[in-house]
Amino acid sequence: MPAQAPEVRRANFAEVNLGLPERIALLEAERCLLCKDPKCVAGCPVGINIPRFIQLLTEGKLPEAAHCLLNDNPLPAVTGRVCPQETQCELECIRGYKGLPVAIGHLERFLGDWARGHAQRPALEAAPPTGKQVGIVGAGPGGLTAAGELARLGHQVTVFEALHKPGGVLVYGIPEFRLPKQIVREEVARLERAGVKILCNTVIGRTYTLAELRARFDAVFIANGAGLPVFMNIPGENLKGVYSANEYLTRANLMGARRSARAGTPILTGRRVATIGGGNVALDAVRTAKRLGAESATIVYRRTRKEMPARAEEVLHAEEEGIQFEFLAAPVAIQGDARNWVTGLQCVRMELGEPDASGRARPRAIPGSEFLVPCEVVIVAIGTRANPLLAGTCPELKLDSRGGIAVDEQGMTNLPGVFAGGDIVRGAATVILAMGDGKRAARAIHEYLRRPVSPARAPAERITP
Amino acid sequence: MHKIIAKASLSPQIIRLDVAAVRIARIRQPGQFVIVHRGGDAERIPLTIADADAEAGTITLVIQVAGQSTCELAALNPGEAIANIAGPLGHPTELIAAGRALCIGGGVGVAVVHPIAQGLKRRGVTVSSIIGGRTREAIIFEPELRRLGEVIVCTDDGSYGRRGFVTDAARDALAAGGIDIVYAVGPVPMMRAVANLTRPLGVRTIVSLNPIMVDGTGMCGGCRVSVGGQTRFACVDGPEFDGHAVDFEQLMDRLTTYRDFEQRALAACQEGDCKLGRR
Ligand SMILES: Cc1cc2nc3c(=O)[nH]c(=O)nc-3n(C[C@H](O)[C@H](O)[C@H](O)COP(=O)(O)OP(=O)(O)OC[C@H]3O[C@@H](n4cnc5c(N)ncnc54)[C@H](O)[C@@H]3O)c2cc1C
Ligand code: SF4
Ligand code: FES
Repeated sequence: MPAQAPEVRRANFAEVNLGLPERIALLEAERCLLCKDPKCVAGCPVGINIPRFIQLLTEGKLPEAAHCLLNDNPLPAVTGRVCPQETQCELECIRGYKGLPVAIGHLERFLGDWARGHAQRPALEAAPPTGKQVGIVGAGPGGLTAAGELARLGHQVTVFEALHKPGGVLVYGIPEFRLPKQIVREEVARLERAGVKILCNTVIGRTYTLAELRARFDAVFIANGAGLPVFMNIPGENLKGVYSANEYLTRANLMGARRSARAGTPILTGRRVATIGGGNVALDAVRTAKRLGAESATIVYRRTRKEMPARAEEVLHAEEEGIQFEFLAAPVAIQGDARNWVTGLQCVRMELGEPDASGRARPRAIPGSEFLVPCEVVIVAIGTRANPLLAGTCPELKLDSRGGIAVDEQGMTNLPGVFAGGDIVRGAATVILAMGDGKRAARAIHEYLRRPVSPARAPAERITP
Repeated sequence: MHKIIAKASLSPQIIRLDVAAVRIARIRQPGQFVIVHRGGDAERIPLTIADADAEAGTITLVIQVAGQSTCELAALNPGEAIANIAGPLGHPTELIAAGRALCIGGGVGVAVVHPIAQGLKRRGVTVSSIIGGRTREAIIFEPELRRLGEVIVCTDDGSYGRRGFVTDAARDALAAGGIDIVYAVGPVPMMRAVANLTRPLGVRTIVSLNPIMVDGTGMCGGCRVSVGGQTRFACVDGPEFDGHAVDFEQLMDRLTTYRDFEQRALAACQEGDCKLGRR
């Protein structure tokens, strides 16, 4: 995949990857063996018919290939960029047993982008209106996918989003250099053209309660994400210069801190920035710090490169951009000066012991091995949990032990007609799983709404924020 | 889009905006706030709902010009609009059901005290208020509060009412006894002083905290405060907390995080095209 040169891109926010030229994409597609029993499909969390779209691609039938792909996945231009293909479809690809797997992610992205640029993009056929109304909480990938599917099935859909822009993590979390926001804007515009109403600045649990939504809609889908940042509970976490990755990335992405001279949202840049964690979130944060001018931007991770849960490509890109890595290191305290500004991150060396429940080696601290990573900014990217705001205002909604929403195989909660999916059900997971949940919930809601007797609904009151 | 319906200048640095927000006007409760985003490159900032007219569908925001964002908001005129207002956010004030309440407000915090006093009065609680500001011009919401009960006004320079801090008047009021609860909203040092005053007396004291916020939904943790040794997110767990448990020093410190940025931006803004009151 052609990319911006590292020394150029680490000073800008433009997308790193440049996309495959058509000629290369067709050559890559040729490598597919069009397996009868395609292992790649089994590796895809939503079972995209991969050999089918690749076959159409090799035949040069781009509109048909795009149509086939979009039928399985409404956001190929997104997932082609952010899915961890190397642990999903590409891991299973037969070609990978000897040599390189087919670059399925790159082909997906190629077709997704092709469809964006072509008016011939075939519209997916929509069912006649059913007269049923569905309310969706959260405009992240889960909510938007469900909205698209439900609209296509003929239902009237209203999406409620707490922030002032739809997209969820795709707009506030994942930076422009990995996922251009134009893609999200286009998808939102497409949904609106299909009749989906998106009401921003509407916090369910505050602006409207879940009970009100249940009274006004025939069914509800909750996809409010796992937005609650986890801190480490170590000394110094409230010093000035300590951010959660969510806050840091929201300031930089959603709010455009430093994007222009007029940007109203401030962000501390810091000459040296340390980011704690080994996932996509940590890498997004540390690479953002580099782009905002940090001389040194360091990842502090308690295991080794091999165990990093981030996408392989992002780790590689980060290395190319000069991000430093402190592997086998765990923070024990954040140090500050007399005026409470961060001056460094005190860490301890780790070694890998026995595998834990997840099969990954459990890190152990080596006594007496403490060392300091000097820095002005610390970004904590060790995970998120379910945001309790919505559930807290609806005690009858059943939760799981981690505070997520409990659902059955259909994605329905304990409340009839209320479905949930994405990170709020799975804990911090992936874009494609959230989309898969959105699609599954849409189908289940469709079935639910087709039952002979629909539950009584209060006469529709106008909903305006 | 939320149209500005009316605008008034309460003091040289404090502007009152009545803004269309039908749903919020209908359901807001005392103590709740909104996140306001003027649009475009602007910052998201929390503002308390000082008052609301459910019938007209408007909420009242009181804005003290302290940085670029507040400067730009204060420059908006009737007919213009604010792109995004989300809310009502935060937990409503814990209002006592009967008895006597002392409401203490400093500076623009008086705008926060006002709906609390209204809510208390509606429940039949006896309300008295102590409000303060640096000078006579800085005193806001005095007539509105007088309608709800006794009001003592304090100014730092003695240009109006009693000379001195609200805490001096509060000390006297508390000494007289009979106060069941204190609500204190204002600059952090004022809230801390009030909490220190009431702690030995064992009078429950509720304060409304104003940390830096971004989303206002519990997603970023930027608004974290320490209460009783625990980290709480003011936007979803608050904004009101037990004043006797709040770590005010930490709050004050964290509030200075962007001071340089704010002062530079404010200077640029006041020199530039958004000078207070005009475009
Ligand atoms: C920085 C970062 C990088 C990531 N990188 C990747 C990656 O490379 N690949 C990958 O597959 N996954 C990645 N992920 C994970 C992925 O983004 C999530 O798994 C996915 O976005 C979950 O989708 P969702 O629809 O469940 O929730 P979200 O995307 O979190 O969307 C939830 C939406 O609901 C809104 N909301 C919340 N509460 C309310 C409420 N009460 N009322 C109304 N609206 C509400 C939120 O504002 C938000 O817009 C990343 C996550 C982060 C934070
Ligand atoms: S497993 Fe690989 S080679 Fe086989 S169909 Fe899938 S992409 Fe093609
Ligand atoms: S403002 Fe972001 S969590 Fe409170």
